[in-house]
Amino acid sequence: MKFTDVFLQTAIKILVFIIMTFSIYVLFAGHHNPGGGFIGGLITASALVLLYIAFDLQSVRDMMPVDFNQLAAAGVIVAVLTGTASFLFHVPFLTQTFTYVNLPLLGKTELASAVIFDLGVYMTVIGTTMTIITSISEDQK
Amino acid sequence: MSNVLILPIIIPLLTGMLMIFFRRHVRMQQWLIVISLLLTIGVSTFIIHRIFRQGIIVLDVGGWHAPYGISLVGDMLSALLVLIASIICLMCSLFAFGSTSNDHKVHFVYSYILLLLCGVNGSFLTGDIFNLFVFFEVMLISSYVLLALGGKKIQLRESIKYVIINVISSTLFVIAIAYLYSITGTLNMAHLSERVATIGQDGLLTTVSLLFLSVFALKSGLFLFFWLPGSYSAAPPAIAALFAALLTKVGIYAIIRTFTLIFYHQPEITHTIILCMAAITMILGALGAVSYWEIRKILAYNVIVAVGFILFGVGMRTFESLTGALFYLIHDMLAKALIFILGGAIISIFGSDKLRNFSGLLLFRPSLGWLYFIAALALAGVPPLSGFVGKVIILKGGITEGHLIMSVIGIVTSLLVLYSVIKIFIHSFWGETLLSEGDQKATGTSALLPGSILVTFIIAMGLGAEWVLTYVEQAAEVMTNPSIYIDAVFKQID
Repeated sequence: MKFTDVFLQTAIKILVFIIMTFSIYVLFAGHHNPGGGFIGGLITASALVLLYIAFDLQSVRDMMPVDFNQLAAAGVIVAVLTGTASFLFHVPFLTQTFTYVNLPLLGKTELASAVIFDLGVYMTVIGTTMTIITSISEDQK
Repeated sequence: MSNVLILPIIIPLLTGMLMIFFRRHVRMQQWLIVISLLLTIGVSTFIIHRIFRQGIIVLDVGGWHAPYGISLVGDMLSALLVLIASIICLMCSLFAFGSTSNDHKVHFVYSYILLLLCGVNGSFLTGDIFNLFVFFEVMLISSYVLLALGGKKIQLRESIKYVIINVISSTLFVIAIAYLYSITGTLNMAHLSERVATIGQDGLLTTVSLLFLSVFALKSGLFLFFWLPGSYSAAPPAIAALFAALLTKVGIYAIIRTFTLIFYHQPEITHTIILCMAAITMILGALGAVSYWEIRKILAYNVIVAVGFILFGVGMRTFESLTGALFYLIHDMLAKALIFILGGAIISIFGSDKLRNFSGLLLFRPSLGWLYFIAALALAGVPPLSGFVGKVIILKGGITEGHLIMSVIGIVTSLLVLYSVIKIFIHSFWGETLLSEGDQKATGTSALLPGSILVTFIIAMGLGAEWVLTYVEQAAEVMTNPSIYIDAVFKQID
């Protein structure tokens, strides 16, 4: 017997957008409000897991051809490289800086280098979580 | 710029992560690991040189001064250990090039070796006790993977034990840090040392210090070593060499650091306990080493004996004995890596580690045999080699301090160690040749290059002991006089 998951799939198509948006919001809110890279990454991963539940592994992989192993590694590299920039400016490792910029649409915006570090954490968390979940769910080869 | 202090931590980390993108390109990974480890060795030599000239280097990460930020502190003790750890890591990876299967190599074994080194170097360099915990975990998680990688039945069984015991000890570590933080209100080691000195080390703080001691004893195999022989004999040869040379030594370093910098006010309690544990460790380790007939088990018990001997030097806490302990620690890291690499080669040639089953290897592999012979003599502490100097200094300290029983135990266990490693030599290299050319399971040639480099180091360290001792004594000076360390960390504020 074949189940048709119309309800589940339709609901998840909408929900995933909401959850993704919320995770991005949480990621950027981290500097002044509760949130940050870790929790943002987990929320994004939970959205992806919902996709895996509603559809099968292969179709999600076709839709989003990302190697999560490499995403995690890239996250670590991004996070560490934000620290190594300090070698250029002759300040201690991992020193952060911030500046206010007038962006065309958003107006006066605070840009902090800590966000890039958080972005690295975010990528690593998504990569690690998804690697764990996809490799457990798959059979050997 | 004191930023140089972060390089031994991030060079292995970045290279290890970069390798994940070149999973199938084994040759390229091998080039990457050699280049990055040579870079790390170069940087740590430079750090030693700078510390020797200008004193302790402190890096306040993020520009936040101690005690508010995390500081990395490079004193001579940490810098020497970082250099030796990087050298050993390079040797073990050279051995791994030939001795591990291709399956291992595409499953990120080199990345994990580099991450392990990142954790080890970080533990040596950090000046913050919670950061020490984090680097311990970086090291341990990589070691879990390295132990289980390959998925043989024995590896899975032993890695379960290893993971459980380390999870428990890590939990105890966090609890100990929480107690210490609630008493002193700080996590920076220099600041902790100051606070503990101000409020005095009462019964409560001594209890916390004993909790730390049991945590580090679990990690380093001091008395609480019941997990060690099994898990070290389950790993593949190259990985076992890496573990034997690095992992327990980080625990020893943590004991040295906490008990010379923070908890040094009640030596009649804490250091007596360390001495007792060291004595029992030496005896039990030596008994294990002589009683087994499997190469892996004998070598694993040799690790335990050395831990006891080093902690014997640390427990006496005089300038002399600490110098000896550090010298012996450095020697032991090199010698353990060497003997595990050679032992691993012997096992891979015969395809078994049962000593009674084979003999007569000297005819086929003379260079391997003589390298092993030198390694065995160095381990026991025969004069021209490096094990001698450290042993003599510690034993001399033991006799002048009146720890006669301990010294006798030290000498007798040295003999037993010599017996156990020579037993391997006699049974595998001498006698009737049972193998014929082409009959062996592996060539064992991959051990020759790292083996001869390590033997060179050991001979050089024995002959140039005077020269090495100038560096080691500078490290011992900081260990006996914590105010040098504290002043270096807080110098920016004044």
